[in-house]
Amino acid sequence: MALIRKSKQFKWRRKHLLGLRELSVEEITYILDTAKGFEQISTRSVKKAPPLRGKVVVNLFFEDSTRTRNSFALAASRLSADIIEFTQKASSVSKGETLLDTARNLEAMGIDIVVIRHNAGGAPKFLSRNINACVVNAGDGFCEHPTQGLLDVYTIRKIKGTLEGLKIAIVGDIAHSRVARSDMWAMTKLGAEVIFVGPPTLMPTQLSRLPVSVSYSLDEVIEKVDVINMLRIQFERLGGNPFPSIREYSHYFGLTVERMKRAKPDILVMHPGPINRGLEMESEVADGERSVILEQVTNGLAVRMAVLFLVNQAAAQGD
Amino acid sequence: MKAILNSEQIEQILKDLTGHIISETPGELDIAVIGIRSRGEILAQRLSSRLSQQLGKDVPCGTLDITLYRDDLNSPQGTAQPQVRTTEIGFDIDDKIIILVDDVLYTGRSTRAAMDALIDLGRPRAIKLAVLVDRVGRELPIQADYAGYKSDAAPDKLVQVFLSESDGKEEVVIE
Repeated sequence: MALIRKSKQFKWRRKHLLGLRELSVEEITYILDTAKGFEQISTRSVKKAPPLRGKVVVNLFFEDSTRTRNSFALAASRLSADIIEFTQKASSVSKGETLLDTARNLEAMGIDIVVIRHNAGGAPKFLSRNINACVVNAGDGFCEHPTQGLLDVYTIRKIKGTLEGLKIAIVGDIAHSRVARSDMWAMTKLGAEVIFVGPPTLMPTQLSRLPVSVSYSLDEVIEKVDVINMLRIQFERLGGNPFPSIREYSHYFGLTVERMKRAKPDILVMHPGPINRGLEMESEVADGERSVILEQVTNGLAVRMAVLFLVNQAAAQGD
Repeated sequence: MKAILNSEQIEQILKDLTGHIISETPGELDIAVIGIRSRGEILAQRLSSRLSQQLGKDVPCGTLDITLYRDDLNSPQGTAQPQVRTTEIGFDIDDKIIILVDDVLYTGRSTRAAMDALIDLGRPRAIKLAVLVDRVGRELPIQADYAGYKSDAAPDKLVQVFLSESDGKEEVVIE
């Protein structure tokens, strides 16, 4: 029986979740273990528990989002918090209000947790230094998207048992992907080997400083990997002509039924969404039996509940 | 440190509790045992196997994590940071007599949290509380239905339960 437990308990002390780069292996593992306890809330008849009762969470999104925004909103309400939805288009930001003024005004209304998405890298950190509320990064520039990284490793760990020794390919537009960065930090910290795959034009600069290997050929890595995470081509961020045509990109870097035939039989296929069907991934693969894309979404909810719970705990205990 | 229960006494209490539960529960009703993490979980497993054996039918057993229902989560004085663990109840609690099991009943706050957590899972016919040690010092109007050892340990004392599955020994002590 696995009932014997360590007597010395780890204590979570961060009232902000800004990125995964700064987290220790122990901290990441603690979030994942905590998330496990939140999974069942979503499966029972009363899909709500009281730990954030009387707390206010604001979704402060300066970029479009469906999944992440809704996931945070649902996570907050399942923990009994009240939630304020803030969108740039319908706010005074369009009248020129600064990020800090916006946040301070919201704070004056008595909010407890700010979930922020911003196109400027470092915006969550800036906010965390200037307001008293907890800050959770929901994606900043090309830097980090920590809850996506956490839900990705949570999904892998849940199915494979551990990340130790796994080979994981992250494929596509690495340069513009904060998901790739958060994934990289979480996955390598937990003992996996990460390979960035994509055309040279979509690779970040200073690759040698990152704890990854690089391949410019999906055909070279497809047989070797245990997990493949297909990133979305972010047309809205692409300048210039990073690849000659969509067809050519699909040909070399798309996850097709043909390529899947050469993959390990127990490979996990992941995608952070939203999918450009037929571009980075064929529909048959996205909806295929090795795809865990919808599990990622379900797990994301448990992970975000855990994060909201933990930052609030750290704030309540006054560290 | 003073030992108040040894392994034989703990076993005798579980035997007595089993007898009381059976004598007070009409045979036609469905009964299930749910333990509060973490010592209550072990005691619940022992109780459910005794009940299953004596009743000649399967008495299901589950584990309840009450962390999210605690009333001290947002209080700055709370120095301990409880880790959220899983609730594992693999059966429907609706219409069952639930024997809620904890190692020590003291302030009653854990029991209050456990009752709220249970109600979010369904509507049992009744919830009965069974504890190994019933300690003086209630802060809420809650009493045990089935209690083993009664302790009047002073508020500055610590009543600790050690069970072989989790601690490698069977003992209850006052420190």
